[in-house]
Amino acid sequence: MSVVGSFLVFLLFVQGGQTLLGVLGKNEMEKTMIVNSIGRKWEFTFTTLVLFAAGMFASFPLFYATSFGGAYYAWKIFLICFVLQAVSFEYRRKKGNLLGQKTYEGFLYVNGFLGTFLLGAAVATFFTGSSFIRNDYNLSTWQTELYGIEILFNFTNISLGLAILFLARTLGALYLLNNINYDIIRERARKQIIFNALPFLVFFLYFMIRVFLMDGYAVNPDTKVVFMEPYKYLNNYLQMPVALVLFLLGVVLVLYGIGIAIFKRSDKGIWFSGSGTILTVLSIFFILGFNNTSFYPSSSDIQSSLTIENASSSLYTLKAMTYISLFVPVILGYIFFTWRAIDKGKINPEDMNDNSDQHVY
Amino acid sequence: MIDFIDLSLVNWSRGQFAMTAIIHWLFIPLTIGMTYIIAIAQTIHVKTGDPEWEKLAKFWAKLFGINFAIGVGTGIILGLEFGTNWSNYSWISGDIFGAPLAAEGIMAFFLESTFITIMFFGWGKVSKKFHLVSCYLVAFGASLSALWILVANAWMNYPVGMVFNPDTARHEMIDFWAVLLSPFAINKFLHTIASGFAIGSFFIIAISSWFLLKKRNILLAKRSIIIAGTFGLIGSLFVAATGDGSAYNVAQHQPAKLAAMEGLYNGSEGVGLVTIGMLTPGKKVGDDKPDFVFRHEIPKALSFLGFRDFNAFVPGANDLVYGNVEHGILSAEERISKGKLALKALADYKTAVNAGDDIGKNNALAEFRLYEEHMGYGHFADPESILPNIPFIFYSFRLMVGAGFFLIAVAGFLLFMTIKNRIEKNKWFLRLGILAFPVAFVASMAGWIVAEVGRQPWTIQDFLPTMVSVSNINTTAVLLTFWMFLAILIILVIAEVRIMLFAIKKGPEQKKGGSNV
Ligand code: HDD
Ligand code: HEM
Ligand code: HEM
Repeated sequence: MSVVGSFLVFLLFVQGGQTLLGVLGKNEMEKTMIVNSIGRKWEFTFTTLVLFAAGMFASFPLFYATSFGGAYYAWKIFLICFVLQAVSFEYRRKKGNLLGQKTYEGFLYVNGFLGTFLLGAAVATFFTGSSFIRNDYNLSTWQTELYGIEILFNFTNISLGLAILFLARTLGALYLLNNINYDIIRERARKQIIFNALPFLVFFLYFMIRVFLMDGYAVNPDTKVVFMEPYKYLNNYLQMPVALVLFLLGVVLVLYGIGIAIFKRSDKGIWFSGSGTILTVLSIFFILGFNNTSFYPSSSDIQSSLTIENASSSLYTLKAMTYISLFVPVILGYIFFTWRAIDKGKINPEDMNDNSDQHVY
Repeated sequence: MIDFIDLSLVNWSRGQFAMTAIIHWLFIPLTIGMTYIIAIAQTIHVKTGDPEWEKLAKFWAKLFGINFAIGVGTGIILGLEFGTNWSNYSWISGDIFGAPLAAEGIMAFFLESTFITIMFFGWGKVSKKFHLVSCYLVAFGASLSALWILVANAWMNYPVGMVFNPDTARHEMIDFWAVLLSPFAINKFLHTIASGFAIGSFFIIAISSWFLLKKRNILLAKRSIIIAGTFGLIGSLFVAATGDGSAYNVAQHQPAKLAAMEGLYNGSEGVGLVTIGMLTPGKKVGDDKPDFVFRHEIPKALSFLGFRDFNAFVPGANDLVYGNVEHGILSAEERISKGKLALKALADYKTAVNAGDDIGKNNALAEFRLYEEHMGYGHFADPESILPNIPFIFYSFRLMVGAGFFLIAVAGFLLFMTIKNRIEKNKWFLRLGILAFPVAFVASMAGWIVAEVGRQPWTIQDFLPTMVSVSNINTTAVLLTFWMFLAILIILVIAEVRIMLFAIKKGPEQKKGGSNV
């Protein structure tokens, strides 16, 4: 699951690209190029999100039930962001679309900004805790009537939300730099990489330092009692060298990708920053789930916290899921194959006139 | 397990789920059916090289694209709604129910969404063969999506391959294959997918008929009717055949749903099948009003269809509520009291575990296993509440079956007329072609009502009542999001229908490789 989650964060470059629509595209033709470029990828991000949710349902039903049923408003707003996205690419320039092109572009912004931010803030609660109580029958009740809106009252959560937002924008700019064959847009994209990478680094550093210094939700492996341990997450990195290596390697790759895009004027940055993102997020999932840590802690009643052990499916279901996951390499294979087939030609301005077969949106 | 149940919360949650499911279903059958028709048309193009066939495939692919986007957007709402609105259900059955959903994501959605990129962007860009294969893969992907979600849904109607684990207080899977290959799952898949074939075909027939009425795109329209008519006829025949299988399954495992479908209050042997009838308004279980105001029935047919025996006993609503000693049916009251014993034993078990009392634990567990099969009934207060809404199911079922036979006739007739080249002779033929589409749609909605409302008051038949499945949140939250989603979805549906209408009016591209709408 953590692998799917990591890919998901990488694929948020689509959302980042959406937020850059107005900045990078100053006229109709330029906008259309951008929309067609990211429009070829939005389905992947979307489907990965669906898979992440369904995978959580199958592997950690207790997490699925507790979080979705509790942080109700937060998830519903998140959902709306994605419903709006799904139709916007297709309807934006179609005749009879009722709301007009501007509105659909607005929807793309809503999805790009709010979707990434909320996801980041929600992931931050894996460290900061949520307010729920779980009873003897494992049925949980959320303790505030804000049902998830309250996660925004915590600056640590917000900082990760913003970090993910700016990361998505950086990746979006890197992707467009690579995918579009049109100098004006490419120049603007380079600028945007600088403007967004800086705030990303600031918020990300702030968040990581907070996490390293805070007390973490640890589990006693024998009694299963949850307790607060000072510097828990920092210790997790130190005690799991694999996670630490992944983390450092990931961060270096992200920075390297950004660096070559800015200083060497290379357009390959997306590959480095993208894979760096995957590794970093993966390492964060490691320190959340392993080494006797509670991955979905409750700040209302610490013993209600969820751990990999108490929240997961039965062994039988996990085995079935493992067999099902054997399909993943096949999928990655054909996705790679089709992306190559489609991206062989980059997006050119000539393709965008109305008589061309080459664009759809 | 649950101390307090707020009925308005349950009902609004049901409403929210039903609303989004219905909107999702507006688009899904078109996806399922049209993808195959597009693939077939493209195959003919690749085989014959005739550019007209490619134009035809492209035109339908464009309409399909408009439809697809919103299908995807509404699907994700449903997927997360299990968590947001049915979180207790998600925990209690997530061990079984989650796996098909994940399988759906891995095996089906990726297949569909990957190759759809080729299907849309690949005209002329990738080789014709690769493009054609992609069209078929999209079609298979759509059917596979349907398979997994229907497996999950079938399991709710006929829960198999599981045990209840008192330690975690949930159902756990012990046999994946039993879940996947249960007769309910297989039949439901075939019936629903065939209904998608039929609806997708009638959509194409309706638009083609309209073109013919307007005397435009004649060749495209006629060719489309031939493909869609053939496909639709096969689909409709298959729907009827598998519908019989659905009814058989219901008869075997969901007697209350069957009683509602047939408006049967007093069970007996050798029961007839009502073809047309009107139920006595205001009739309730246990009263002595007659069942029907009038009815026409085929003698002994229900016993035969349900149990493959002309003289089989078919239980009615009264038998299920008040019991029938002769046929070994427990009354609802007895089941409720046994269910309460099971719940009590489960609570005792928990207390004993927490207190570290091993003897008490084993005793409670033994007691629990004794009454376990009735546990779900323990949540009910009055015996009458174990029945679904009988008239609603009865009429919905009649509507679906009637439509089924109508559709077979229409598809056969139009196909014949087109082949004989007499389709334009009479405007009424074409109007019939347009009418068949909404009829097919209404039939499938009625089908879901029979299946879903007929399953009430259970989410998992006989194990988990709907009122226990709901999330522990306040009604305001559900109400607020209900209206929010309703408003957004209605706007998007209107937008989609308008875009669709514009695209249809404009028709297929006139110049080669012309613009998109
Ligand atoms: C995999 C499961 C699944 C699938 C494929 C469907 N449903 Fe469903 N449906 C449910 C699972 C479910 C549910 C979650 O179990 C509900 C909510 C509460 C309940 O008891 O059943 C439900 C309720 C429900 C109701 C309200 C019934 C009531 O509460 O009286 C309606 C009208 C529908 N659904 C309609 C549909 C339609 C039109 C579908 C076609 C797309 C559909 N359902 C597919
Ligand atoms: C409650 C039940 C359902 C849930 C949770 C659900 C979930 C979803 C989701 C999440 C998607 C978007 C997938 C993507 O990212 O591409 C989707 C699309 C789809 N669903 Fe459903 N679905 C439900 C009911 C159904 C039913 C009953 C069928 C068919 C019998 C069906 C068939 C499809 C198909 C063919 C698609 C893809 C194409 C399209 O949207 O047009 N779904 N569904
Ligand atoms: C011709 C005779 C038909 C018969 C005997 C029949 C029978 C049935 C039965 C008994 C069910 C309930 C299954 C359950 O509760 O598990 C059902 C459901 C359904 N029917 Fe039909 N049906 C017929 C025609 C049609 C037609 C014409 C359509 C649509 C074009 C259709 C679409 C559906 C759908 C979508 C469902 C819900 C899914 C399911 O539960 O399988 N049916 N049908």
